[in-house]
Amino acid sequence: MSTTVTFDSATRIYPGSTVPAVDSLDLEIDEGEFLVLVGPSGCGKSTSLRMLAGLEDVSSGRILIGDRDVTHLRPKERDIAMVFQNYALYPHMSVAENMGFALKIAGVHKSEIETRVREAAKILDLEPYLERKPKALSGGQRQRVAMGRAIVRQPQVFLMDEPLSNLDAKLRVSTRTQIASLQRRLGITTVYVTHDQVEAMTMGDRVAVLKDGLLQQVGTPLDLYDKPANMFVAGFIGSPSMNIGTFTVSGGHAHIGSAEVALPRVTTDALSGGEITLGFRPETLEAVAEGTAGAIEVEALVAEELGSDAFLYASLLGSDSERLSSEHIVARVAPRAVPQKGEKVWLRIAEGQLHAFDPTTGAVLPTG
Amino acid sequence: MATVVVPEQAPTGADRGVGRGRGRGREDRSLLASVGLHATLLACVFIALFPVVWVLLSSFKPQYAIQSTKIQLFVDPSFDNYRHVLMDTSFPRWFLNSVIVAAFTMVIGISMSATAGYAMSRFNFPGRRGLMWVFLVTQMFPVAILIVPIYTIMSKLHLIDTLPSLVIAYCTVAVPFCAWMMRGYFDTIPKELDEAAALDGLGPFGTFWRVVLPLARPGLAVTAFYTFLTAWGEVAYAIAFISSDKKLTMGAGLQQFVPQFNPQWDLLTPGAVIIMIPAAIVFFFAQKHLVAGLTAGGTKG
Repeated sequence: MSTTVTFDSATRIYPGSTVPAVDSLDLEIDEGEFLVLVGPSGCGKSTSLRMLAGLEDVSSGRILIGDRDVTHLRPKERDIAMVFQNYALYPHMSVAENMGFALKIAGVHKSEIETRVREAAKILDLEPYLERKPKALSGGQRQRVAMGRAIVRQPQVFLMDEPLSNLDAKLRVSTRTQIASLQRRLGITTVYVTHDQVEAMTMGDRVAVLKDGLLQQVGTPLDLYDKPANMFVAGFIGSPSMNIGTFTVSGGHAHIGSAEVALPRVTTDALSGGEITLGFRPETLEAVAEGTAGAIEVEALVAEELGSDAFLYASLLGSDSERLSSEHIVARVAPRAVPQKGEKVWLRIAEGQLHAFDPTTGAVLPTG
Repeated sequence: MATVVVPEQAPTGADRGVGRGRGRGREDRSLLASVGLHATLLACVFIALFPVVWVLLSSFKPQYAIQSTKIQLFVDPSFDNYRHVLMDTSFPRWFLNSVIVAAFTMVIGISMSATAGYAMSRFNFPGRRGLMWVFLVTQMFPVAILIVPIYTIMSKLHLIDTLPSLVIAYCTVAVPFCAWMMRGYFDTIPKELDEAAALDGLGPFGTFWRVVLPLARPGLAVTAFYTFLTAWGEVAYAIAFISSDKKLTMGAGLQQFVPQFNPQWDLLTPGAVIIMIPAAIVFFFAQKHLVAGLTAGGTKG
């Protein structure tokens, strides 16, 4: 039942615009895979999904579901089901009618519709609400009805367009797990769009990062986290985000504030100019004693105490503070004994945890 | 009676304005303000209702009492006038004609303006903007200017002195306005519903019929009301296009009761009352949608 999905140089240029909203997207999604499209707003992730749904024309390139070229097929001929951001439930139909509507249109027998709706309702805990109208449901229940409407169809592909963004924070976290586990259970290929990188990391088998209509990187959540292909992915994935800054290089060392951070040979070899963009994640910074080689001197500003963790927001001392892409350096420190405001702290980047990027192209440089 | 009330209007208006500014509720409005407010409202109600009530009362009076110089509310009330107008004149025939014309105008008007409004709201087609402008511009011509050219067209089509000529003429008045209104209403229905319907397997017409129209009921009610009223009370076109007595509609027919000098009030007043009844019934069914429909169309037009 489940199938592959292929974007083959799929491009979408909106009428009256010269810049493509999606620029030759190449993406292969495996059978039963949960793929998340993530990126900032306007990156083309929703457009890509809508192209797959058939709600948006494909300007050039192809889209395949399994071996079928669906590029110019109408939405109903594609055997897909979609969950919309605002759920798009039919307000004049009951929950049961909403869920069974597609089957009714397809001419499925009434008793069959009823069994399938009941089944889906059971999975989603919607049984008590089948006769209600959408307006009499809470946000979470509406979201589940929208899921149910997709499940009942038993489609080849699920499409979800930010289905959690209208839920409150707590419900979002629990629904996130529910959707992910439901998808694993049904084993139906799913394309999921979100702007929230935490959702992307926690739910997806693989994550595709888009920016300005261009695919930046595809990979498992940990791939993206550990081996970002460029500066954008490095900064986008992870929370709190990676510390990124552009520093001068001389004699195989990068000057971060007053610190001299040694760079691997392969990195300096790949470098063309006298500057390098470096990235290091908050948890790879360790507090060390003053005078340790390669230790960056910072001044503590705020510490966020989370109980299990603590994050220190600190300003870089020395003349290089404006070289950072954000205002602060963020470091994970031991909880329950955080540095006070104004305190000086020396931080060292753990061995092999440095990411290096070309300052002009943003592409990753080898670090060994 | 009216002269007693009007002088109190001035202080009332000022008082009410102040009261609202401070956000005072009903309980702490001063006695004077309260009296003034109610007096003003009563005056307005009186002004609005008086002609209608007077016609209603007159319709039950014998002929000699209607034009009497004495003001009397009831003089030998009876249904004699109604019996007379319904039995001895062509009035029932005119009533039937009006019902036919109004019903066809309503049905054709609704179907045309709903489909046109949906197209303007959802589809991008060449000439979409032009069409919308044309719909707007046609609203700017007064009926008086249009009667002659439309008459010429109708006579070329050999439709003069037929009921269809009226239906067509009324549709030209009602459809552009209603199409704009329906477009405004459709714009308030989320586009995602259309998309969900497309994914669920409906074509454009199925989406319109099974998803969008059921949700547009308030807008349709307003359109129905408007098209009905356009046709129901209309006089100018009816007089111009219809010449034979048997084909007149009510509005035009009533003119037959106004010979050269002395209007036949005993026939006019019951006729006017009877005209009101169907309009009131249509209003009764449409009214609960009326405000919602008009404002929803208006805010997002």
